[in-house]
Amino acid sequence: MCSLCSFFKSTIGRKILMALSGLVLVLFVLGHMLGNLQIFLGAEVINAYAHKLHHVLPSSGLWAIRLFLLGTVAVHIWTAISLTLDNRKARPQGYEHDKPIQASYGARTMRMSGVILLFFILFHIAHYTARVVPSMEYGEEGVLSETMVPLVKHGEVVMKEGEPIMTFNVNDMMVQGFDVWWVSVFYIIATGLLCLHLSHGFSSMFQSVGLRNTLWRKRLDQAALVYGWVVFLGFAVIPVACLTNILEVDPTGGAAEPVAAITETLHK
Amino acid sequence: MEKTMNLTLRVWRQKNRLDVGKFVEYKLENISEDSSFLEMLDILSEQLVEGGHEPVAFDHDCREGICGMCSMTINGVPHGPEGGITACQLHMRHFHDGQIITIEPWRAKPFPVIKDLVVDRTAMDKIIQAGGFITGRAGSAVDANAMPIDKQTADYAMDAAACIGCGACVAACPNASAMLFTAAKVAHMNSLPQGKAEKNRRSLAMVTTMDGEGFGGCTNIGECEAACPKGIPLDMIAQLNRDYALAQVKNFFQPVL
Ligand code: HEM
Ligand code: SF4
Ligand code: FES
Repeated sequence: MCSLCSFFKSTIGRKILMALSGLVLVLFVLGHMLGNLQIFLGAEVINAYAHKLHHVLPSSGLWAIRLFLLGTVAVHIWTAISLTLDNRKARPQGYEHDKPIQASYGARTMRMSGVILLFFILFHIAHYTARVVPSMEYGEEGVLSETMVPLVKHGEVVMKEGEPIMTFNVNDMMVQGFDVWWVSVFYIIATGLLCLHLSHGFSSMFQSVGLRNTLWRKRLDQAALVYGWVVFLGFAVIPVACLTNILEVDPTGGAAEPVAAITETLHK
Repeated sequence: MEKTMNLTLRVWRQKNRLDVGKFVEYKLENISEDSSFLEMLDILSEQLVEGGHEPVAFDHDCREGICGMCSMTINGVPHGPEGGITACQLHMRHFHDGQIITIEPWRAKPFPVIKDLVVDRTAMDKIIQAGGFITGRAGSAVDANAMPIDKQTADYAMDAAACIGCGACVAACPNASAMLFTAAKVAHMNSLPQGKAEKNRRSLAMVTTMDGEGFGGCTNIGECEAACPKGIPLDMIAQLNRDYALAQVKNFFQPVL
Protein backbone atom coordinates (compact mmCIF):
# COMPACT_ATOMS: atom_id res chain seq x y z
CA MET A 1 0.00 0.00 0.00
CA CYS A 2 1.26 3.52 -0.71
CA SER A 3 2.60 5.07 2.45
CA LEU A 4 0.20 8.02 2.37
CA CYS A 5 -2.77 5.67 1.93
CA SER A 6 -1.67 3.62 4.92
CA PHE A 7 -1.36 6.82 6.95
CA PHE A 8 -4.89 7.96 6.10
CA LYS A 9 -6.23 4.47 6.68
CA SER A 10 -4.66 4.07 10.11
CA THR A 11 -6.56 5.16 13.21
CA ILE A 12 -3.59 7.24 14.35
CA GLY A 13 -3.21 8.96 10.98
CA ARG A 14 -6.84 9.98 10.89
CA LYS A 15 -6.66 11.14 14.47
CA ILE A 16 -3.66 13.31 13.59
CA LEU A 17 -5.69 14.86 10.76
CA MET A 18 -8.50 15.47 13.23
CA ALA A 19 -6.07 17.18 15.60
CA LEU A 20 -4.53 19.35 12.86
CA SER A 21 -7.93 20.40 11.54
CA GLY A 22 -8.98 21.01 15.15
CA LEU A 23 -5.92 23.23 15.62
CA VAL A 24 -6.82 25.35 12.60
CA LEU A 25 -10.36 25.71 13.96
CA VAL A 26 -9.04 26.53 17.44
CA LEU A 27 -6.87 29.33 16.06
CA PHE A 28 -9.64 30.59 13.78
CA VAL A 29 -12.10 30.65 16.65
CA LEU A 30 -9.74 32.73 18.79
CA GLY A 31 -9.16 35.25 16.00
CA HIS A 32 -12.87 35.38 15.24
CA MET A 33 -13.67 36.02 18.89
CA LEU A 34 -11.10 38.82 19.24
CA GLY A 35 -12.42 40.36 16.02
CA ASN A 36 -16.02 40.25 17.23
CA LEU A 37 -15.20 41.77 20.60
CA GLN A 38 -14.26 45.00 18.80
CA ILE A 39 -17.99 45.70 18.68
CA PHE A 40 -17.58 46.99 22.24
CA LEU A 41 -15.15 49.64 20.96
CA GLY A 42 -17.88 51.30 18.91
CA ALA A 43 -19.82 50.76 15.70
CA GLU A 44 -17.16 52.47 13.56
CA VAL A 45 -14.43 50.13 14.87
CA ILE A 46 -16.23 46.86 14.10
CA ASN A 47 -17.37 48.26 10.74
CA ALA A 48 -13.82 49.28 9.81
CA TYR A 49 -12.58 45.86 10.91
CA ALA A 50 -15.16 44.11 8.72
CA HIS A 51 -14.26 46.40 5.84
CA LYS A 52 -10.60 45.49 6.24
CA LEU A 53 -11.35 41.76 6.32
CA HIS A 54 -13.17 42.09 3.02
CA HIS A 55 -10.67 44.34 1.28
CA VAL A 56 -7.22 43.54 2.57
CA LEU A 57 -7.11 40.62 0.12
CA PRO A 58 -8.54 40.48 -3.40
CA SER A 59 -11.82 38.58 -3.44
CA SER A 60 -10.06 35.48 -4.80
CA GLY A 61 -7.86 35.51 -1.67
CA LEU A 62 -10.90 35.87 0.55
CA TRP A 63 -12.50 32.91 -1.18
CA ALA A 64 -9.29 30.91 -0.86
CA ILE A 65 -9.40 31.43 2.90
CA ARG A 66 -13.10 30.58 3.06
CA LEU A 67 -12.57 27.39 1.07
CA PHE A 68 -9.58 26.47 3.23
CA LEU A 69 -11.71 26.82 6.37
CA LEU A 70 -14.57 24.85 4.84
CA GLY A 71 -12.06 22.19 3.78
CA THR A 72 -10.74 22.08 7.33
CA VAL A 73 -14.24 21.55 8.69
CA ALA A 74 -14.76 18.85 6.05
CA VAL A 75 -11.58 17.02 7.11
CA HIS A 76 -12.59 17.33 10.77
CA ILE A 77 -16.02 15.88 10.05
CA TRP A 78 -14.75 13.14 7.75
CA THR A 79 -12.24 11.92 10.35
CA ALA A 80 -14.89 12.19 13.06
CA ILE A 81 -17.37 10.08 11.14
CA SER A 82 -14.97 7.46 9.81
CA LEU A 83 -13.25 6.97 13.18
CA THR A 84 -16.58 6.81 14.99
CA LEU A 85 -17.80 4.11 12.60
CA ASP A 86 -14.61 2.09 13.12
CA ASN A 87 -14.83 2.53 16.88
CA ARG A 88 -18.43 1.34 16.94
CA LYS A 89 -17.49 -1.73 14.94
CA ALA A 90 -14.76 -2.60 17.45
CA ARG A 91 -17.29 -2.82 20.30
CA PRO A 92 -20.37 -4.54 18.87
CA GLN A 93 -21.60 -5.63 22.29
CA GLY A 94 -21.45 -3.24 25.21
CA TYR A 95 -21.50 -3.83 28.94
CA GLU A 96 -24.64 -4.14 30.95
CA HIS A 97 -22.93 -2.15 33.67
CA ASP A 98 -21.74 0.75 31.55
CA LYS A 99 -20.45 3.61 33.65
CA PRO A 100 -17.21 5.41 32.80
CA ILE A 101 -14.46 5.11 35.39
CA GLN A 102 -13.17 8.65 35.08
CA ALA A 103 -13.78 10.09 31.59
CA SER A 104 -15.05 13.68 31.69
CA TYR A 105 -18.47 14.64 30.38
CA GLY A 106 -16.86 16.78 27.68
CA ALA A 107 -14.68 13.91 26.45
CA ARG A 108 -17.61 11.50 26.31
CA THR A 109 -19.86 13.87 24.39
CA MET A 110 -17.48 15.11 21.67
CA ARG A 111 -19.72 13.71 18.96
CA MET A 112 -22.86 15.26 20.39
CA SER A 113 -21.22 18.67 20.85
CA GLY A 114 -19.60 18.34 17.42
CA VAL A 115 -22.83 17.56 15.59
CA ILE A 116 -24.69 20.44 17.22
CA LEU A 117 -21.73 22.70 16.42
CA LEU A 118 -22.00 21.64 12.79
CA PHE A 119 -25.64 22.73 12.71
CA PHE A 120 -24.66 25.94 14.42
CA ILE A 121 -21.90 26.65 11.89
CA LEU A 122 -24.37 26.12 9.02
CA PHE A 123 -26.91 28.41 10.66
CA HIS A 124 -24.27 31.00 11.47
CA ILE A 125 -23.05 31.16 7.87
CA ALA A 126 -26.63 31.42 6.58
CA HIS A 127 -27.41 34.02 9.23
CA TYR A 128 -24.50 36.48 9.01
CA THR A 129 -22.41 35.55 5.98
CA ALA A 130 -24.99 34.64 3.34
CA ARG A 131 -27.82 36.40 5.23
CA VAL A 132 -30.50 34.05 3.98
CA VAL A 133 -32.18 32.78 7.15
CA PRO A 134 -35.90 32.66 6.37
CA SER A 135 -38.25 34.92 8.34
CA MET A 136 -35.51 37.45 8.97
CA GLU A 137 -36.16 40.50 6.84
CA TYR A 138 -32.87 41.38 5.33
CA GLY A 139 -32.42 44.64 3.51
CA GLU A 140 -35.52 46.22 4.92
CA GLU A 141 -36.29 48.21 7.98
CA GLY A 142 -36.58 44.92 9.77
CA VAL A 143 -34.45 42.51 11.62
CA LEU A 144 -31.18 42.72 9.73
CA SER A 145 -30.70 45.98 7.91
CA GLU A 146 -28.35 46.16 4.95
CA THR A 147 -27.60 49.82 5.41
CA MET A 148 -24.35 51.25 4.13
CA VAL A 149 -22.53 53.75 6.30
CA PRO A 150 -19.34 55.79 5.83
CA LEU A 151 -16.10 54.04 6.75
CA VAL A 152 -14.54 55.72 9.79
CA LYS A 153 -10.92 55.33 10.87
CA HIS A 154 -9.23 57.09 13.77
CA GLY A 155 -12.31 59.26 14.24
CA GLU A 156 -12.30 60.48 10.64
CA VAL A 157 -14.35 59.55 7.61
CA VAL A 158 -12.13 57.83 5.06
CA MET A 159 -12.40 59.61 1.72
CA LYS A 160 -11.51 58.37 -1.71
CA GLU A 161 -11.57 60.75 -4.68
CA GLY A 162 -13.61 63.27 -2.74
CA GLU A 163 -16.28 60.74 -1.76
CA PRO A 164 -16.55 58.92 1.57
CA ILE A 165 -15.97 55.17 1.27
CA MET A 166 -19.21 53.43 2.17
CA THR A 167 -19.21 50.15 4.06
CA PHE A 168 -21.66 47.63 5.43
CA ASN A 169 -23.06 48.39 8.89
CA VAL A 170 -21.96 45.21 10.64
CA ASN A 171 -22.74 46.73 14.02
CA ASP A 172 -26.45 46.99 13.27
CA MET A 173 -26.53 43.57 11.64
CA MET A 174 -25.17 41.98 14.80
CA VAL A 175 -27.28 43.97 17.24
CA GLN A 176 -30.49 43.43 15.29
CA GLY A 177 -29.69 39.78 14.69
CA PHE A 178 -29.25 39.20 18.41
CA ASP A 179 -32.36 41.17 19.32
CA VAL A 180 -34.26 38.03 18.29
CA TRP A 181 -34.19 36.16 21.57
CA TRP A 182 -34.19 32.61 20.23
CA VAL A 183 -31.28 33.42 17.93
CA SER A 184 -29.31 34.71 20.89
CA VAL A 185 -30.20 31.69 22.99
CA PHE A 186 -29.06 29.35 20.21
CA TYR A 187 -25.76 31.23 19.91
CA ILE A 188 -25.17 31.09 23.65
CA ILE A 189 -25.94 27.36 23.81
CA ALA A 190 -23.70 26.69 20.81
CA THR A 191 -20.78 28.58 22.31
CA GLY A 192 -21.36 26.68 25.54
CA LEU A 193 -21.04 23.45 23.58
CA LEU A 194 -17.91 24.81 21.93
CA CYS A 195 -16.53 25.35 25.44
CA LEU A 196 -17.38 21.72 26.26
CA HIS A 197 -15.83 20.49 22.98
CA LEU A 198 -12.65 22.44 23.61
CA SER A 199 -12.38 21.51 27.29
CA HIS A 200 -11.41 18.08 25.95
CA GLY A 201 -10.30 18.87 22.42
CA PHE A 202 -7.73 21.55 23.16
CA SER A 203 -5.55 19.21 25.21
CA SER A 204 -6.49 16.11 23.23
CA MET A 205 -5.05 17.49 20.00
CA PHE A 206 -1.60 17.68 21.57
CA GLN A 207 -1.92 14.05 22.65
CA SER A 208 -2.96 13.02 19.13
CA VAL A 209 0.11 14.52 17.50
CA GLY A 210 2.34 13.15 20.25
CA LEU A 211 3.23 16.47 21.86
CA ARG A 212 2.18 15.68 25.41
CA ASN A 213 3.88 14.03 28.38
CA THR A 214 3.11 13.52 32.05
CA LEU A 215 4.07 17.07 32.94
CA TRP A 216 2.42 18.81 30.01
CA ARG A 217 -0.72 16.76 30.22
CA LYS A 218 -1.68 18.49 33.47
CA ARG A 219 -0.80 21.91 32.10
CA LEU A 220 -2.62 21.36 28.80
CA ASP A 221 -5.70 19.99 30.56
CA GLN A 222 -5.84 23.18 32.61
CA ALA A 223 -5.14 25.31 29.55
CA ALA A 224 -8.02 23.55 27.78
CA LEU A 225 -10.43 24.53 30.53
CA VAL A 226 -9.21 28.13 30.51
CA TYR A 227 -9.36 28.28 26.71
CA GLY A 228 -12.86 26.80 26.63
CA TRP A 229 -14.16 29.32 29.13
CA VAL A 230 -12.42 32.27 27.47
CA VAL A 231 -13.98 31.31 24.13
CA PHE A 232 -17.40 30.82 25.71
CA LEU A 233 -17.39 34.13 27.57
CA GLY A 234 -15.83 36.00 24.65
CA PHE A 235 -18.54 34.88 22.26
CA ALA A 236 -21.54 34.75 24.58
CA VAL A 237 -21.02 38.26 25.93
CA ILE A 238 -22.13 39.79 22.60
CA PRO A 239 -25.65 38.28 22.37
CA VAL A 240 -26.05 38.94 26.10
CA ALA A 241 -25.05 42.58 25.64
CA CYS A 242 -27.50 42.91 22.74
CA LEU A 243 -30.39 41.39 24.67
CA THR A 244 -29.72 43.69 27.62
CA ASN A 245 -29.37 46.76 25.37
CA ILE A 246 -25.79 47.37 26.36
CA LEU A 247 -25.03 47.24 22.65
CA GLU A 248 -27.41 49.24 20.51
CA VAL A 249 -28.04 49.93 16.85
CA ASP A 250 -26.37 52.93 15.31
CA PRO A 251 -27.83 53.71 11.87
CA THR A 252 -24.90 56.08 11.18
CA GLY A 253 -22.43 53.28 11.90
CA GLY A 254 -20.54 55.48 14.37
CA ALA A 255 -20.07 58.12 11.68
CA ALA A 256 -22.34 60.79 13.18
CA GLU A 257 -19.60 62.86 14.79
CA PRO A 258 -16.98 62.60 12.02
CA VAL A 259 -19.62 63.44 9.42
CA ALA A 260 -20.74 66.46 11.47
CA ALA A 261 -17.10 67.53 11.68
CA ILE A 262 -16.74 67.35 7.90
CA THR A 263 -19.97 69.27 7.36
CA GLU A 264 -18.70 71.92 9.75
CA THR A 265 -15.39 72.35 7.91
CA LEU A 266 -17.26 72.50 4.60
CA HIS A 267 -19.45 75.28 5.97
CA LYS A 268 -16.49 77.36 7.11
CA MET B 1 -13.74 -13.22 64.01
CA GLU B 2 -13.80 -13.28 60.24
CA LYS B 3 -16.73 -11.59 58.63
CA THR B 4 -18.81 -13.26 55.96
CA MET B 5 -21.28 -11.97 53.42
CA ASN B 6 -24.15 -13.10 51.25
CA LEU B 7 -24.00 -12.05 47.64
CA THR B 8 -26.06 -12.05 44.48
CA LEU B 9 -23.95 -12.69 41.40
CA ARG B 10 -25.04 -11.95 37.86
CA VAL B 11 -22.64 -13.90 35.70
CA TRP B 12 -22.38 -13.95 31.91
CA ARG B 13 -22.89 -17.55 30.75
CA GLN B 14 -22.14 -18.47 27.16
CA LYS B 15 -21.61 -22.07 26.02
CA ASN B 16 -19.28 -21.34 23.09
CA ARG B 17 -18.39 -18.76 20.46
CA LEU B 18 -21.66 -19.24 18.60
CA ASP B 19 -23.97 -19.14 21.60
CA VAL B 20 -25.66 -15.76 22.18
CA GLY B 21 -25.10 -15.95 25.93
CA LYS B 22 -27.05 -14.48 28.82
CA PHE B 23 -26.77 -13.36 32.42
CA VAL B 24 -27.57 -15.96 35.07
CA GLU B 25 -28.20 -15.01 38.66
CA TYR B 26 -26.66 -16.98 41.55
CA LYS B 27 -26.96 -16.56 45.30
CA LEU B 28 -23.84 -17.22 47.35
CA GLU B 29 -23.84 -17.43 51.13
CA ASN B 30 -21.21 -17.09 53.81
CA ILE B 31 -18.39 -15.83 51.65
CA SER B 32 -15.43 -14.82 53.80
CA GLU B 33 -14.24 -11.27 53.34
CA ASP B 34 -10.71 -12.70 53.30
CA SER B 35 -11.31 -14.81 50.22
CA SER B 36 -10.14 -13.50 46.90
CA PHE B 37 -12.53 -12.74 44.09
CA LEU B 38 -11.41 -15.80 42.14
CA GLU B 39 -11.76 -18.01 45.24
CA MET B 40 -15.30 -16.74 45.52
CA LEU B 41 -15.86 -17.84 41.91
CA ASP B 42 -14.24 -21.21 42.73
CA ILE B 43 -16.76 -21.65 45.55
CA LEU B 44 -19.57 -20.83 43.14
CA SER B 45 -18.24 -23.36 40.63
CA GLU B 46 -17.96 -26.07 43.31
CA GLN B 47 -21.57 -25.50 44.27
CA LEU B 48 -22.59 -25.62 40.62
CA VAL B 49 -20.73 -28.88 40.07
CA GLU B 50 -22.32 -30.38 43.19
CA GLY B 51 -25.70 -29.45 41.79
CA GLY B 52 -24.83 -31.11 38.49
CA HIS B 53 -24.33 -27.87 36.55
CA GLU B 54 -21.47 -26.56 34.41
CA PRO B 55 -18.98 -24.49 36.42
CA VAL B 56 -18.29 -20.91 35.40
CA ALA B 57 -15.33 -20.81 33.01
CA PHE B 58 -12.85 -18.00 33.64
CA ASP B 59 -9.20 -17.46 32.74
CA HIS B 60 -6.57 -17.47 35.48
CA ASP B 61 -3.08 -18.75 36.06
CA CYS B 62 -0.67 -17.10 38.49
CA ARG B 63 -3.26 -15.60 40.83
CA GLU B 64 -0.73 -13.01 41.91
CA GLY B 65 -1.10 -10.29 39.33
CA ILE B 66 1.73 -11.12 36.95
CA CYS B 67 0.44 -13.38 34.19
CA GLY B 68 -2.42 -11.23 32.93
CA MET B 69 -4.76 -14.15 32.38
CA CYS B 70 -7.62 -13.28 34.72
CA SER B 71 -10.00 -11.20 32.66
CA MET B 72 -13.38 -10.15 33.88
CA THR B 73 -15.33 -6.95 34.10
CA ILE B 74 -16.72 -6.59 37.60
CA ASN B 75 -19.58 -4.11 37.99
CA GLY B 76 -18.54 -2.43 34.78
CA VAL B 77 -14.86 -2.07 35.64
CA PRO B 78 -12.24 -4.42 34.19
CA HIS B 79 -10.45 -6.13 37.11
CA GLY B 80 -12.99 -4.62 39.47
CA PRO B 81 -13.43 -1.43 41.40
CA GLU B 82 -10.17 -1.21 43.33
CA GLY B 83 -7.82 0.10 40.63
CA GLY B 84 -4.15 -0.80 40.20
CA ILE B 85 -4.72 -4.54 40.69
CA THR B 86 -5.81 -7.53 38.66
CA ALA B 87 -9.01 -9.45 39.33
CA CYS B 88 -7.02 -12.20 41.05
CA GLN B 89 -5.62 -9.63 43.51
CA LEU B 90 -9.07 -8.37 44.43
CA HIS B 91 -10.48 -9.42 47.79
CA MET B 92 -14.05 -9.78 48.94
CA ARG B 93 -13.52 -7.25 51.76
CA HIS B 94 -14.05 -4.57 49.12
CA PHE B 95 -17.64 -5.75 48.72
CA HIS B 96 -20.44 -5.67 51.24
CA ASP B 97 -23.11 -8.01 52.45
CA GLY B 98 -26.13 -8.19 50.15
CA GLN B 99 -24.31 -6.63 47.20
CA ILE B 100 -25.25 -7.52 43.63
CA ILE B 101 -22.12 -8.14 41.57
CA THR B 102 -22.30 -8.21 37.77
CA ILE B 103 -19.50 -10.14 36.06
CA GLU B 104 -19.00 -9.85 32.31
CA PRO B 105 -16.26 -10.93 29.91
CA TRP B 106 -14.02 -8.40 28.12
CA ARG B 107 -16.16 -6.88 25.38
CA ALA B 108 -14.36 -6.26 22.10
CA LYS B 109 -14.74 -7.44 18.52
CA PRO B 110 -11.16 -8.77 18.41
CA PHE B 111 -11.74 -10.67 21.72
CA PRO B 112 -14.43 -13.24 20.87
CA VAL B 113 -15.92 -15.01 23.89
CA ILE B 114 -14.82 -18.64 23.95
CA LYS B 115 -16.85 -19.66 26.95
CA ASP B 116 -18.51 -17.73 29.81
CA LEU B 117 -15.88 -15.22 30.93
CA VAL B 118 -13.04 -16.57 28.78
CA VAL B 119 -12.13 -14.54 25.72
CA ASP B 120 -9.65 -15.21 22.94
CA ARG B 121 -6.86 -12.63 23.13
CA THR B 122 -4.83 -13.91 20.18
CA ALA B 123 -5.22 -10.50 18.54
CA MET B 124 -2.82 -9.06 21.12
CA ASP B 125 -0.28 -11.77 20.40
CA LYS B 126 -0.44 -10.80 16.73
CA ILE B 127 0.48 -7.22 17.67
CA ILE B 128 3.49 -8.53 19.61
CA GLN B 129 4.46 -10.79 16.72
CA ALA B 130 4.45 -7.78 14.41
CA GLY B 131 7.16 -5.91 16.32
CA GLY B 132 7.30 -6.60 20.04
CA PHE B 133 10.83 -7.96 19.83
CA ILE B 134 14.37 -6.95 19.01
CA THR B 135 16.42 -8.63 16.33
CA GLY B 136 19.59 -9.60 18.14
CA ARG B 137 22.05 -12.37 18.68
CA ALA B 138 20.57 -15.08 20.86
CA GLY B 139 22.82 -17.19 22.99
CA SER B 140 25.25 -16.01 25.64
CA ALA B 141 24.00 -12.75 27.11
CA VAL B 142 26.15 -9.64 26.78
CA ASP B 143 27.51 -8.07 29.93
CA ALA B 144 24.72 -6.24 31.73
CA ASN B 145 26.48 -2.88 31.79
CA ALA B 146 28.12 -3.06 28.39
CA MET B 147 25.65 -0.55 27.06
CA PRO B 148 25.20 2.52 29.27
CA ILE B 149 21.56 3.55 29.68
CA ASP B 150 20.64 6.56 31.79
CA LYS B 151 18.45 5.90 34.79
CA GLN B 152 15.52 7.95 33.54
CA THR B 153 15.32 5.97 30.31
CA ALA B 154 15.80 2.67 32.11
CA ASP B 155 13.03 3.51 34.59
CA TYR B 156 10.70 4.62 31.81
CA ALA B 157 11.29 1.44 29.82
CA MET B 158 10.79 -0.60 32.99
CA ASP B 159 7.46 1.14 33.69
CA ALA B 160 6.37 0.31 30.14
CA ALA B 161 7.57 -3.27 30.49
CA ALA B 162 5.25 -3.68 33.47
CA CYS B 163 2.38 -4.29 31.03
CA ILE B 164 1.18 -7.88 31.48
CA GLY B 165 -0.92 -7.94 28.33
CA CYS B 166 -4.17 -8.56 30.18
CA GLY B 167 -6.34 -6.54 27.82
CA ALA B 168 -8.14 -4.53 30.50
CA CYS B 169 -7.32 -1.38 28.53
CA VAL B 170 -9.20 -2.77 25.53
CA ALA B 171 -12.03 -3.88 27.78
CA ALA B 172 -12.36 -0.47 29.42
CA CYS B 173 -12.18 1.55 26.21
CA PRO B 174 -15.56 2.43 24.65
CA ASN B 175 -13.83 1.97 21.28
CA ALA B 176 -12.16 -1.30 22.27
CA SER B 177 -8.88 0.33 21.35
CA ALA B 178 -5.61 -1.48 22.04
CA MET B 179 -3.60 1.74 22.00
CA LEU B 180 -2.44 1.55 25.63
CA PHE B 181 -1.21 -2.02 25.26
CA THR B 182 0.52 -1.27 21.94
CA ALA B 183 1.90 1.98 23.34
CA ALA B 184 3.39 0.17 26.34
CA LYS B 185 5.14 -2.35 24.12
CA VAL B 186 6.36 0.31 21.69
CA ALA B 187 7.51 2.62 24.51
CA HIS B 188 9.38 -0.27 26.14
CA MET B 189 11.27 -1.27 23.00
CA ASN B 190 11.66 2.10 21.29
CA SER B 191 13.20 3.80 24.33
CA LEU B 192 16.10 1.43 24.81
CA PRO B 193 19.21 1.42 22.61
CA GLN B 194 18.71 -2.25 21.77
CA GLY B 195 15.25 -1.53 20.40
CA LYS B 196 15.94 1.84 18.78
CA ALA B 197 17.47 0.29 15.66
CA GLU B 198 14.08 -1.05 14.59
CA LYS B 199 12.00 1.79 15.96
CA ASN B 200 10.34 2.93 12.74
CA ARG B 201 9.67 -0.53 11.40
CA ARG B 202 8.26 -1.61 14.75
CA SER B 203 5.96 1.41 15.15
CA LEU B 204 4.49 0.99 11.69
CA ALA B 205 4.10 -2.78 11.88
CA MET B 206 2.51 -2.89 15.32
CA VAL B 207 0.03 -0.10 14.60
CA THR B 208 -0.91 -1.62 11.24
CA THR B 209 -1.52 -4.98 12.89
CA MET B 210 -3.45 -3.35 15.73
CA ASP B 211 -5.78 -1.66 13.24
CA GLY B 212 -5.99 -4.79 11.11
CA GLU B 213 -7.10 -6.93 14.04
CA GLY B 214 -10.16 -4.72 14.40
CA PHE B 215 -9.36 -2.71 17.51
CA GLY B 216 -10.84 0.80 17.54
CA GLY B 217 -9.03 4.12 17.60
CA CYS B 218 -8.08 6.24 20.58
CA THR B 219 -10.28 9.14 21.66
CA ASN B 220 -7.90 10.22 24.42
CA ILE B 221 -10.42 9.82 27.22
CA GLY B 222 -8.17 7.79 29.51
CA GLU B 223 -10.45 4.93 30.57
CA CYS B 224 -7.65 2.47 29.71
CA GLU B 225 -5.22 4.13 32.08
CA ALA B 226 -7.80 4.06 34.86
CA ALA B 227 -8.43 0.32 34.35
CA CYS B 228 -4.81 -0.75 33.83
CA PRO B 229 -3.62 -2.88 36.75
CA LYS B 230 -0.03 -1.87 36.06
CA GLY B 231 -0.45 1.90 35.87
CA ILE B 232 0.65 2.25 32.24
CA PRO B 233 0.18 6.00 31.67
CA LEU B 234 -1.81 7.57 28.84
CA ASP B 235 1.32 9.55 28.04
CA MET B 236 2.81 6.46 26.45
CA ILE B 237 0.08 6.72 23.82
CA ALA B 238 1.34 10.21 23.03
CA GLN B 239 4.75 8.65 22.41
CA LEU B 240 3.20 5.98 20.20
CA ASN B 241 1.44 8.69 18.18
CA ARG B 242 4.72 10.58 17.83
CA ASP B 243 6.78 7.52 16.94
CA TYR B 244 4.18 6.41 14.43
CA ALA B 245 3.96 9.85 12.78
CA LEU B 246 7.73 10.12 12.49
CA ALA B 247 7.94 6.58 11.14
CA GLN B 248 5.34 7.47 8.50
CA VAL B 249 7.33 10.52 7.47
CA LYS B 250 10.53 8.46 7.17
CA ASN B 251 8.64 5.73 5.36
CA PHE B 252 7.31 8.26 2.86
CA PHE B 253 10.82 9.20 1.77
CA GLN B 254 12.49 5.85 2.25
CA PRO B 255 10.32 2.77 2.89
CA VAL B 256 11.26 1.12 6.19
CA LEU B 257 8.84 -1.80 6.14
C1 HEM C 1 -18.21 21.01 12.56
C2 HEM C 1 -18.63 20.34 13.54
C3 HEM C 1 -17.70 19.53 14.40
C4 HEM C 1 -17.75 18.17 14.56
C5 HEM C 1 -18.75 17.23 13.92
C6 HEM C 1 -16.69 17.82 15.47
C7 HEM C 1 -16.44 16.55 15.93
C8 HEM C 1 -15.34 16.17 16.64
C9 HEM C 1 -15.08 14.85 17.10
C10 HEM C 1 -15.99 13.64 16.90
C11 HEM C 1 -13.89 14.88 17.72
C12 HEM C 1 -13.15 13.68 18.27
C13 HEM C 1 -13.39 13.51 19.67
C14 HEM C 1 -12.77 12.28 20.16
O1 HEM C 1 -11.86 11.73 19.51
O2 HEM C 1 -13.20 11.87 21.23
C15 HEM C 1 -13.40 16.22 17.68
C16 HEM C 1 -12.20 16.62 18.20
C17 HEM C 1 -11.78 17.94 18.22
N1 HEM C 1 -12.48 19.03 17.77
FE1 HEM C 1 -14.22 18.99 16.80
N2 HEM C 1 -16.01 18.93 15.83
C18 HEM C 1 -16.59 20.01 15.21
C19 HEM C 1 -16.25 21.33 15.32
C20 HEM C 1 -15.12 21.78 15.97
C21 HEM C 1 -14.76 23.17 16.13
C22 HEM C 1 -15.58 24.35 15.64
C23 HEM C 1 -13.56 23.18 16.80
C24 HEM C 1 -12.69 24.30 17.23
C25 HEM C 1 -12.99 25.50 17.38
C26 HEM C 1 -13.18 21.83 17.06
C27 HEM C 1 -12.04 21.46 17.70
C28 HEM C 1 -11.70 20.17 17.98
C29 HEM C 1 -10.46 19.77 18.59
C30 HEM C 1 -9.32 20.69 19.00
C31 HEM C 1 -10.51 18.39 18.73
C32 HEM C 1 -9.46 17.49 19.35
C33 HEM C 1 -8.69 16.76 18.31
C34 HEM C 1 -8.05 15.54 18.91
O3 HEM C 1 -8.63 14.90 19.77
O4 HEM C 1 -6.94 15.23 18.49
N3 HEM C 1 -14.16 20.99 16.55
N4 HEM C 1 -14.31 16.99 17.02
S1 SF4 D 1 -1.59 -1.68 29.22
FE1 SF4 D 1 -2.34 -2.26 31.26
S2 SF4 D 1 -4.46 -2.86 30.89
FE2 SF4 D 1 -3.47 -2.86 28.88
S3 SF4 D 1 -2.75 -4.95 28.57
FE3 SF4 D 1 -1.04 -3.84 29.52
S4 SF4 D 1 -1.31 -4.18 31.72
FE4 SF4 D 1 -3.25 -4.77 30.78
S1 FES E 1 -4.29 -14.78 37.31
FE1 FES E 1 -2.34 -14.03 36.71
S2 FES E 1 -2.70 -11.90 36.76
FE2 FES E 1 -4.56 -12.64 37.55
